[in-house]
Amino acid sequence: MNDKLKAYFRTDHLPHIWCPGCGNGIVTAAIVRAIDDLGWSKDDTVFVSGIGCSSRAPGYLDFNTLHTTHGRALVFATGVKVARPDLNVIVITGDGDASAIGGNHLIHAARRNIDITTICFNNNIYGMTGGQYSPLSPTDSFASTAPYGNADRTFDLCRLVEAAGASYVARGTTYHVTPLTNMIRRGLEKKGFSFVEAMTACPVYFGRRNKLPTGVDLLNWQRDNAVPVSRAAKMEPEELAGKIVIGTFLDVEMPEYTETYERLLKEHAADRSGE
Amino acid sequence: MSSKELSAETPVRIDRSLCKACGICIAFCPKQVLEADEGAIAVVAHPEECIRCRMCELRCPDFAVTVRGDRGG
Ligand SMILES: Cc1ncc(C[n+]2csc(CCOP(=O)(O)OP(=O)(O)O)c2C)c(N)n1
Ligand code: SF4
Ligand code: SF4
Ligand code: SF4
Repeated sequence: MNDKLKAYFRTDHLPHIWCPGCGNGIVTAAIVRAIDDLGWSKDDTVFVSGIGCSSRAPGYLDFNTLHTTHGRALVFATGVKVARPDLNVIVITGDGDASAIGGNHLIHAARRNIDITTICFNNNIYGMTGGQYSPLSPTDSFASTAPYGNADRTFDLCRLVEAAGASYVARGTTYHVTPLTNMIRRGLEKKGFSFVEAMTACPVYFGRRNKLPTGVDLLNWQRDNAVPVSRAAKMEPEELAGKIVIGTFLDVEMPEYTETYERLLKEHAADRSGE
Repeated sequence: MSSKELSAETPVRIDRSLCKACGICIAFCPKQVLEADEGAIAVVAHPEECIRCRMCELRCPDFAVTVRGDRGG
């Protein structure tokens, strides 16, 4: 293991539990490299995750870590950030965790524009529980609960988070790992709610059922189907079917929740001391 | 030469205790530096070809690859 990475990992917990070719380790290392670039201290940084294969990532990271319940990582993270606005708070969540059971929390964390960076590990499937389709499974893809193909339309989570009020929204892939790392770093730096959808690979449950049985197949799939956001803007919706639009969708400055809260407390300090 | 002997002098090192034989580093190395051994574990077969692009290290899902030195160095 690279010495630089080693300093941020609970190395006694390695090798990790993820399957051969699973992309979760690629995203986890990208997050750590982004933190290293920024020079953040481990003591001032908190990782919060929900439940799923991807949500196990904080268990390997030598930071303050909180492994919570399915879909609720943002709720715990909001509590941490409100209590200690000085800490850097990062949420790791799966596509099911973030968009299905935790979808409402995602909307409201974005709406508040609270200074939390959410990294959604999108493997297009529920990995941990055996390959049920998720709201981010492509239409017509196969899953253990979609043996004839997924009838649902795919959720564009980046557009949802953008509409809900976030400050930074981007999508990258594990194939394009350097741009992904840069997106994560930008999201971490951003004061406000940041959302990075990291396309990752589940060869075991998504890949095997969709003629992409290995990590290598899934990285090739990402490479062959990724379309930069600038090019996608000139394409018709039909041309974009089945494509992965990558790049930065939103990067703006807006009032941040804990700062607004702090200001209110200051403004009403006199009223409060009279209590 | 065994990969162990090579590792002392090459810019790429594979940690065999971490490698899960997924083949990602081998498939995407632009210079075909890496190969699979009988157990599909990655080995540094052609170190002299390495351009230290680091893609093998960045894409290894198991933190098993270390590329030493700077890019192009
Ligand atoms: C309240 C609750 N409902 C359901 C589950 C079962 N469950 C565990 S993980 C999971 C989905 C995992 O999928 P995803 O969030 O996409 O993460 P992945 O495993 O693919 O990384 C489900 C449904 C649970 N643990 N708790
Ligand atoms: S089941 Fe899928 S997501 Fe879970 S560790 Fe294995 S490959 Fe990764
Ligand atoms: S990418 Fe990593 S785990 Fe996969 S074969 Fe190479 S060294 Fe082994
Ligand atoms: S650093 Fe680049 S050229 Fe060298 S082995 Fe790794 S992928 Fe191949």
